[in-house]
Amino acid sequence: MKTTDHSSVAQIVVKNLTMAYDNYVIMQNLNFSVNPGDVFIIMGGSGCGKSTLLRHLIGLKAPFKGEIFYGNTSFWNVLPAERDRIMKQAGILYQSGALWSSMTLGQNVALPLEQYTNLKQKEIRELVAFKLSLVGLAGFEDFYPSEISGGMRKRAGLARAIAMDPKFLFFDEPSAGLDPLSARRLDELILELRESLGATIVVVTHDLDSIFMIGNNSVFLDAGTKTMSAMGHPRMLRQDSEYDDVRLFLRRGETKESRHR
Amino acid sequence: MITPANDLLRLSPVSDSHVSLQLLGKWRQGSTLPDTGDIISGLTQFPRLEKISFDSSSLKSWDSILLITLTRLIETCEQKGVFVDRSGLPQGVKRLLMLASAVPEKKGTREKRRRPTFLAHVGEETLDFLKSAGEIISFLGESTIAVMKLFTGKARYRSSDLTLTIQECGVEALPIVSLISLLVGLILAFIGAIQLEMFGAEIYVADLVGIAMVRVMGSVMTGVIMAGRTGAAFAAQIGTMEVNEEIDALKTLGISPVEFLVLPRMLGMTIMMPMLCLYANLMGILGGLIVGVTMLDVNLVQYYLQTRNAVGINDLVIGIIQGVLFGILVALTGCLRGMQCGRSAAAVGNASTSAVVTGIVAIVVTTALVTIICSVIGV
Repeated sequence: MKTTDHSSVAQIVVKNLTMAYDNYVIMQNLNFSVNPGDVFIIMGGSGCGKSTLLRHLIGLKAPFKGEIFYGNTSFWNVLPAERDRIMKQAGILYQSGALWSSMTLGQNVALPLEQYTNLKQKEIRELVAFKLSLVGLAGFEDFYPSEISGGMRKRAGLARAIAMDPKFLFFDEPSAGLDPLSARRLDELILELRESLGATIVVVTHDLDSIFMIGNNSVFLDAGTKTMSAMGHPRMLRQDSEYDDVRLFLRRGETKESRHR
Repeated sequence: MITPANDLLRLSPVSDSHVSLQLLGKWRQGSTLPDTGDIISGLTQFPRLEKISFDSSSLKSWDSILLITLTRLIETCEQKGVFVDRSGLPQGVKRLLMLASAVPEKKGTREKRRRPTFLAHVGEETLDFLKSAGEIISFLGESTIAVMKLFTGKARYRSSDLTLTIQECGVEALPIVSLISLLVGLILAFIGAIQLEMFGAEIYVADLVGIAMVRVMGSVMTGVIMAGRTGAAFAAQIGTMEVNEEIDALKTLGISPVEFLVLPRMLGMTIMMPMLCLYANLMGILGGLIVGVTMLDVNLVQYYLQTRNAVGINDLVIGIIQGVLFGILVALTGCLRGMQCGRSAAAVGNASTSAVVTGIVAIVVTTALVTIICSVIGV
């Protein structure tokens, strides 16, 4: 694993985080850290608060209690402008792609570049073409999001997320709604980006194939106890987590006995 | 043998404490089924009942109707401590019954759905109202900041959004604005003519239509049209973006959605509304003219001169100022409702409905305020 060339800045620490909507607590006492170069998986059953946790990490929802650190910076205790500055180093792939529907794919990928760099139009155009070709969408600059398929929209969303060569990449259910082949290709792309960009990656998913293929660290959110019940390498957790729920989840509900039956 | 409760069911006692239920014929939706209550009261004939079993050898076909009857029967029997032997039921029925009872009802699932008390409801509504008032105030604040950024040249938005808005609430609104204003002019003239004819003062129809259109009706009608047309469209556009996480994508990129989405729309509206108002005034006066010339024996030049004398510059200025205010209000309410939109398809519909309602209310209230202020300062 390539971790040496990262400074300690590229990591996320979550301390005593409690998430709540109004006063309804979803998860409490979350404590974990994402190390530089990790592909960190946030997993758990449907509706347990995985995506909400992601929204906390990317600055869309303030914690009810607790703190999130990016490096030494307490993410939610600084001014919004400072949060924006941190988020400028992050790329996010939303569940449905979240491409701006009134703009073409090219304009979608170009917007972050136009906003935050001093590149000339021609350079931006070349960069956009390059990023689109990275995700296998070369030549699709002038298509509108409504004119392409769901899987392509996701890939275009990824092209937008990596437009600024981010340090952090966040994925919300990357394989949801994709056929097995596209899902696998996307997983490979994620690993490739980790290697080539040297990015730290956080993935929200409950797709087991993805979890084992890309994850090297994870946290399991348990909706029943409303807190995290396990943390570590997904394969290790499958082998010998002390929690039955976690082992069951990672084995698709099969216990050892039922597999040998 | 006991009397059959129905030709679909027969109760046959095996012993004092054991009754066999014979299922007959077709248990399907549409066939007349025995009432569960009757079956249960039939069973009460056996005071020492300990066990019931089923015989389905004569059952021809069945669907979910049989299952719900059985579920209720089994529930009642088990409450009374009667053992239900399911072995006589068809294989499929047995398995479906097992499946239905495999995950027991979660405690509290039903209670949560219970209607809150009146007081709790009032409290919740009040809290909601306060929350939404807070949202409106912060939205207005953000919009003000965005406008200030615009003046210092730091605002970030796409100019193509602005041109699109100008096109949408400019050229594309012309047909409907023409029609409505022309008709309003006609209606005003008609109603005025009936009254004024009694005094032989038909020529004053020109004054009436001219002043009414230029000072109030031109801008109010245009405002209402724009609220229904463009305000609703803004709410739906931005609401859909909210549903689609596009707003989130802007926020995480550090772009203020108010600056990026609301500002160009508000700007476009504010630029186009005064022009649309002017145009509406003209069309209204034209409507009055048609009535005047064709029905009241006023000739074209007379009507024109009368209108020119009647309508003062302050009428025009008041009308235009109102138009600008309406433009800002309609754009703001449309965008506000879009930004407040929830995350479902129904929420987008509600957002655009609410945008139109809020827009029209804002227009009427503003008109009243402007009229009162004008009469106080005497213009």
